Amino acid sequence: MNASTSRRQFIVDAARMACGVGMAGLGLGAYVKQAQALPPVAFRPPGARSEQDFLGACIRCGLCVRDCPPQILGLAQPGQPVATGTPYFVARSGACEMCENLPCIKACPTGALDHRLTDVAQARMGLAVLVDHETCLNFLGLRCDVCYRVCPLIDKAITLEPRHNERTGRHTIFEPVVHADACTGCGKCEASCVLEVAAIKVLPMPLAKGELGSHYRLGWKEKEKAGGSLVAPEIEHRYQLPEGLRYEAGKGLATETPQ
Amino acid sequence: MSARASVPKWLLLRRGAQLAFLALFLAGPWFGFWIVKGNYNYSLTLDLLPLTDPYVLLQSLLAGHRPERNALLGAAIVAVCYALVGGRVFCAWVCPVNPVTDLAAWLRSRLGIKGGAHVSRHARFGLLAMTLVLALATGSIAWEFVNPVSLLHRGLFFGFGLAWTAVLAVFLFDLVFMNRGWCGHLCPVGAFYSLLGHRSLLRVALPRRAACDDCNDCFAVCPEPLVIRAPLKDAGVRPVILSPQCTNCGRCIDVCAKDVFAFGTRFQHSPPLDACQAPK
Ligand code: SF4
Ligand code: SF4
Ligand code: SF4
Ligand code: SF4
Repeated sequence: MNASTSRRQFIVDAARMACGVGMAGLGLGAYVKQAQALPPVAFRPPGARSEQDFLGACIRCGLCVRDCPPQILGLAQPGQPVATGTPYFVARSGACEMCENLPCIKACPTGALDHRLTDVAQARMGLAVLVDHETCLNFLGLRCDVCYRVCPLIDKAITLEPRHNERTGRHTIFEPVVHADACTGCGKCEASCVLEVAAIKVLPMPLAKGELGSHYRLGWKEKEKAGGSLVAPEIEHRYQLPEGLRYEAGKGLATETPQ
Repeated sequence: MSARASVPKWLLLRRGAQLAFLALFLAGPWFGFWIVKGNYNYSLTLDLLPLTDPYVLLQSLLAGHRPERNALLGAAIVAVCYALVGGRVFCAWVCPVNPVTDLAAWLRSRLGIKGGAHVSRHARFGLLAMTLVLALATGSIAWEFVNPVSLLHRGLFFGFGLAWTAVLAVFLFDLVFMNRGWCGHLCPVGAFYSLLGHRSLLRVALPRRAACDDCNDCFAVCPEPLVIRAPLKDAGVRPVILSPQCTNCGRCIDVCAKDVFAFGTRFQHSPPLDACQAPK
């Protein structure tokens, strides 16, 4: 082989290798893009960074899994719909116990679980939503209350709001209501819902929460901020009620009873 | 081929080491003795010693994450160790894929399977670069989705799932398509560690190279046979294998009937008067 053919051979080989590697890279990139979507029932441990950051930060060591006292975390295996080697839990099969000292975060060597989170009540793994008003026993007029009782942040993250039971006409419905400013998404409510399929479910934040337009202003808040009405003189409120209804101050709508 | 009666000391030691590392990691999940937690990506020994795979940490850095102290400390410890003993000591003595590919290579030669694909032994550096670029481009440790090394190792302690398919793929690839295909040509983990051990102290030396009788046993047994030629045959080259692709497995030491090879340092010189050479 003379110098020029061997040089040509070298260039061909190098080009072939570059193409092969490039193809492998594109294939892997495409695969990773679809393989790293987190299914809505899988949740990261407390303090996990945003999913995009988490997948660059977590080195798939499983230390958080090992140090979780109730052992609710799993390390995703190939074939499961969670990024391979990353920790997750499914609320219905094992909710986060909201350990006070956050052993999972302490164990994490990389900070994929953010070490700045020291108060477990500040964790936001997801948000519980009472998704099915038609099967929830409390909505049916019973006093199940289980989701409310098990909540580690009872009366803050979840409350029971009484309202009239129209069906019986003489009972109260105690509606479980979750409050986003306190719920950590631990999933204890979902895990313990007594139904065959839970009526209350933890959802990933983006699925659970709406978002106001950034230009929206809440009149009453603006009023509070300004220390008085922003419209002067304040306009007197007028009711546009259907016939047969009237407004009773402090109580709300009432049916007109013929005097 | 020259027969050799003595036991393959380094091979046995190496299998022992591979088993011992596995046992250390398995003692926790199987028997509840938590000496080591985690896997090769990161492990914590006796709740004290952090050890991080510098390669996975590098990808995390490129993905844009600033790791906490333990991960960095662990990577520094591991990097220094392998820089001293030879990066690919990981391959020969620690990596769980090695027994798999060794088995494939052994079976391949027993079954007389020949030929297959031709890929440059430099392809692994291309793949290494690809994994790093991918981490940078996707912001995710992309390689960890398919890395057979960590799939196998993590699978043993945290559940396999379909990880066995990756391991089987590597095995069949080596068996049928390419001799020493994965570890010798493609694996970017091995490529990374070879770069890490580029200037390592511990090296296989050839203090008695003059005794070589050209039986070629060492070339046949070496997973990276290209590393042997120059130090063995070229009198102008010092008698020590300096190529970072050498895995320090010691198979050549075991197999050589003339005791040409021995573990030594990279500073190995030719014996002053070429003591092993029979006087003319
Ligand atoms: S807070 Fe406790 S239960 Fe929840 S994931 Fe962390 S260690 Fe596990
Ligand atoms: S401890 Fe941290 S780096 Fe390790 S698997 Fe858990 S989240 Fe990932
Ligand atoms: S997920 Fe349920 S149990 Fe947990 S804090 Fe929220 S409301 Fe309470
Ligand atoms: S080349 Fe890769 S798979 Fe083979 S022994 Fe080295 S690290 Fe393991």
